[in-house]
Amino acid sequence: MKRIRGNILALILTIIFILPFIYPNNNFRHILILFLIFAGLGESWNIITGFAGQTSFGHAAFFGIGAYTSTILFYKFHLSPWLGMIFGAILASIISAVVSYPCFKLKGHYFAIATLAIAEIIKQIFVSWDYVEGATGISIPIVEEGIINFQFHSSKIPYFLIAYVFFVAVVFAAKFIEKNRMGYYLKAIRDSHEAAEALGINTTLYKLYAMMVSAAFTAMLGTLYAQYILYIDPFMVFPLEISMKIVLLTVLGGIGSIYGPIIGAAVLIPLSEYTRILLGGTGKGIDLIIFGALIVIIACYEPNGIIGLLKQKSRKGETVIEKAKALS
Amino acid sequence: MLGQVILSGILIGFVYSLVAVGLTLIWGVMDIINFAHGEFLMISMYTAFWMYALLKWDPLVTLPLASFLIFAISFLTYKMIIKKVLDAPGLTALLATFGLSLFIRNLAQFLWTPNYRFITESIVTDKKMAFGTLIIGMPQMVAALGSVLMTGLIYYFVKKTRMGMAIQATALDRDTAKLMGIDTEKVYAVTFGISGICVGVAGVLLSTFFPVYPEAGALYSLLAFVIVAFGGFGNIQGALLGGIIVGLAESLGGFFLGTQFKYAVVFLLYLLVLQFRPKGLFGW
Repeated sequence: MKRIRGNILALILTIIFILPFIYPNNNFRHILILFLIFAGLGESWNIITGFAGQTSFGHAAFFGIGAYTSTILFYKFHLSPWLGMIFGAILASIISAVVSYPCFKLKGHYFAIATLAIAEIIKQIFVSWDYVEGATGISIPIVEEGIINFQFHSSKIPYFLIAYVFFVAVVFAAKFIEKNRMGYYLKAIRDSHEAAEALGINTTLYKLYAMMVSAAFTAMLGTLYAQYILYIDPFMVFPLEISMKIVLLTVLGGIGSIYGPIIGAAVLIPLSEYTRILLGGTGKGIDLIIFGALIVIIACYEPNGIIGLLKQKSRKGETVIEKAKALS
Repeated sequence: MLGQVILSGILIGFVYSLVAVGLTLIWGVMDIINFAHGEFLMISMYTAFWMYALLKWDPLVTLPLASFLIFAISFLTYKMIIKKVLDAPGLTALLATFGLSLFIRNLAQFLWTPNYRFITESIVTDKKMAFGTLIIGMPQMVAALGSVLMTGLIYYFVKKTRMGMAIQATALDRDTAKLMGIDTEKVYAVTFGISGICVGVAGVLLSTFFPVYPEAGALYSLLAFVIVAFGGFGNIQGALLGGIIVGLAESLGGFFLGTQFKYAVVFLLYLLVLQFRPKGLFGW
């Protein structure tokens, strides 16, 4: 069973990898890149919320910090976005530790609303901070394309490959955490905070680790997003909508599972992008009407997330096989 | 000047309280974060606007109609959507209400364009009251009074009536309440409906001095989340006090630090207070 599971993940990753080459369409590649970024964001968010049970409604803060750190360093000091990405990840980690440490004593929704408040404060700061161009935002200067400059103008494939590498890295990091001591500790904290503490787990420390790892990955994906879009402003990278999109796609796919964000992003991102391409542009929001309605329908009819549906199916399948064996 | 700022903060705070009371009821009784709460408020604002624009009804005349309409919408929302996700694990209910808010907001934008609309000639427009050196706009005054009255009614309903006690019992322990013969299904539906009345009233009152547009509810729901957590989930007094504090923090923050920081001050205050009261002011 374990080997089959590993093979399924390998199969999914392989399919994703060959998709842009068998269907060379720019819109499609664009959606694939967004899919990889958001699935990666979902995986990172899963570490703190899915594994450790600390609901974060403020991951846009780390996404934005990542995007802004690399962009400012490149824009003002001509530092390679790759270095900026590392600085952004470190900065987001530190900030996440500083702001969430005092919040970890809050339970459940109180913690969730606190993360939302923190993200809104950080957004407000960026909106009125002149050094980072405030609400106007920053257009990243176009330079010669290449891996060092982290800019590619002639094709989307390099962006796809980079996004793919990051996505795979986050998936394996999440998988690694899940399968190791830390993952068990985090799940113990999620399931019963008191019991975990009674067993001698330093709950605050492990929640802090989970938050820092999660924030670092989120920030790196923020840099990637900024380099791909080549323009950022606070309303684009810090809004509640980004935080909620990450929450939505993970919950939709199946929270606390490695496959959850992949399934969720695979459903939501093409859905929102294709409806936008087909129906958007009229400026009337038909795309979001449909998108909203579909989310409601999925939530009502598949409350366990899409992965719940798959699990149910496979369990039924197994029992049929078992029954068949018993009969023969 | 400072007195003026404090007074206007308290007045708008009462309206925030009413919006938050609606949210805290659902949250306390069902443990559900209703992301569409602000959108219900927005529908109420539009109801006031359209009755004014098409039939020349004054918003204060529309008030009962709008609150009944939002009551009905909330009730149906419970029956059609919330009921199905009530027992779902984790954040599924949130997923549903968030989808609903996206749906309503964009439907409003589709039907009525994103333009700002104003009610320019209601009974209260442009009237002012003077208390010594303090001047209060009539719309704000009426909104505050209406909100206090409504909050008081809800409080009375929850604390003193039979249905209210059933709501409290269900909030405390659903299964025991059921064993005691309480129709929890009905309690949930009624709670949702009452929460709708709260934003129904608040929306109409706000429409006399705030622009009406599809995004109008978003800010209020964000503030209401903070107020509800501030006061302690499910606590009406907490929501009332939280609303006033948030109203004050907003206007004082705007006065001393500049309007761009007024919400940052609110959120910061929330984070600070929770350091000392991790379950809100009245939480237990």
